[in-house]
Amino acid sequence: MAEQPGQPDFLIHDEGDAVAVAVRDLAPGPASGAYLSGDAVVRLDLLEAIPLGHKLALSEITEGQDIIEYGQRVGIALRDIARGGYVHVHNVRSARWQNSLA
Amino acid sequence: MAEQPGLTGYRRENGTVGIRNHTVILPVDDLSNAAAEAVARVVPGTLALPHAYGRLQFGADLALTFRTLIGTGCNPNVASVVVIGIEPTWTGRVVEGIAKTGKKVEGFSVERNGDLNTVASAARTAARFLQDDSERRREPADRREIMLSIKCGESDTTSGLGSCPTTAEAVDRWVEAGGTVLFGETSELTGGEHLIAQRCVNEAVRNKFQSIFDNYMAMIDRADANLLGSQPTQGNIRGGLSTIEEKAMGNVAKTGTAPVVGALEAAEAPGSGPGLYFMDTSSAAAECITLMAAAGAVLHLFPTGQGNVIGNPIEPVVKLTANPVTAQTMSEHIDLDCSGLLKREYDLQASGRNLMDVADRTVNGRLTCAEVMGHREFVLTRLFPSA
Repeated sequence: MAEQPGQPDFLIHDEGDAVAVAVRDLAPGPASGAYLSGDAVVRLDLLEAIPLGHKLALSEITEGQDIIEYGQRVGIALRDIARGGYVHVHNVRSARWQNSLA
Repeated sequence: MAEQPGLTGYRRENGTVGIRNHTVILPVDDLSNAAAEAVARVVPGTLALPHAYGRLQFGADLALTFRTLIGTGCNPNVASVVVIGIEPTWTGRVVEGIAKTGKKVEGFSVERNGDLNTVASAARTAARFLQDDSERRREPADRREIMLSIKCGESDTTSGLGSCPTTAEAVDRWVEAGGTVLFGETSELTGGEHLIAQRCVNEAVRNKFQSIFDNYMAMIDRADANLLGSQPTQGNIRGGLSTIEEKAMGNVAKTGTAPVVGALEAAEAPGSGPGLYFMDTSSAAAECITLMAAAGAVLHLFPTGQGNVIGNPIEPVVKLTANPVTAQTMSEHIDLDCSGLLKREYDLQASGRNLMDVADRTVNGRLTCAEVMGHREFVLTRLFPSA
């Protein structure tokens, strides 16, 4: 069995991703996360509550910028999102269906 | 292979291996559901597969219905089949298709007999088949003989983090062992289709895959629609998925790392040797698994996030989730709780081993949660309206 690096607040798929996923319900304030593999730890201040399974921004994201997760584009920012902010359908849209807003 | 899982199955007349031993009562059309279900009541232990269609279909849509019904009868989890249709011609076509496997199959038609006489004759045959089938014995089987299928449902971000990568571990081991694995869900590749195209073994497979995907996108455009509201689903969004592309990344994550050796039409049996195949299917769980079972898959792995409760009448569906809330609140539907991955209590390889253990026990006869809970969703895919 691999080492147990402690329970993270959020997990990150790939190096360079702009967003991470909360793996439990998180309150605003300090939080720490890990990558799916490796021991690197990322710390930041959450600006909002993030429910289990929902996403937070790991870096500043500007309006119109691609949202990178899994090392891939998974959407486009509808407005500026601050580091530690909540990322979901209110501020992200699909890049595939341009005529649509969730 | 060095692995010695001690797998067993039912070896059929044509050499294919099943992990269940069903005596099936198969209606050709909606009108024959009543007689088929009556036979299954008179002969408990047989399995009726009622469905909504089979009348006045034509062209490619009719061909798909025949392929699905015949494929279902041919599935190695099925020992024998009683076919019931409203009239003898189409009934005979389904019987002939299934008979090519060498398994016992007989057809009955309702016209000029009525339901009561049809049920009497069909039940007599069903009783004989069931008794014969009860003497079928399991024998040692190799992993490469057991066709696997995968499809996820009510996904959320925990699917991409945990249950889909865990499924990928099992898929890779199945392919390494010389086995065959089917994945599909054309719509849920949207945004990740380039990753599948890159993994196609050659130009012919890549072109076939790309043309299936492009035809699907053209169909959405013709409907003057987009999939917002449907893809991602409201359940997906509640679970934290924001876009179809994000959902697609989880879908792709469960296919593992093997090359894609073929791109199949819906319900088409894989024909170019072992390996990982793409099949053109809807992403609706019941339709997708019905098509995969019709192509010959005998065991299904189903990662879920928010908790899809899908089952299939002939193909056992093993469900796994990495969402701790789903694992706790819907435990009767979850065969493997892999939420420990999110807490980093164990690593992906360990989670994969846990899934292989559940899969192998299911091959050997362990009932899945869906089987125990009586989930038998059998749903035909339609390509266009009936005449």
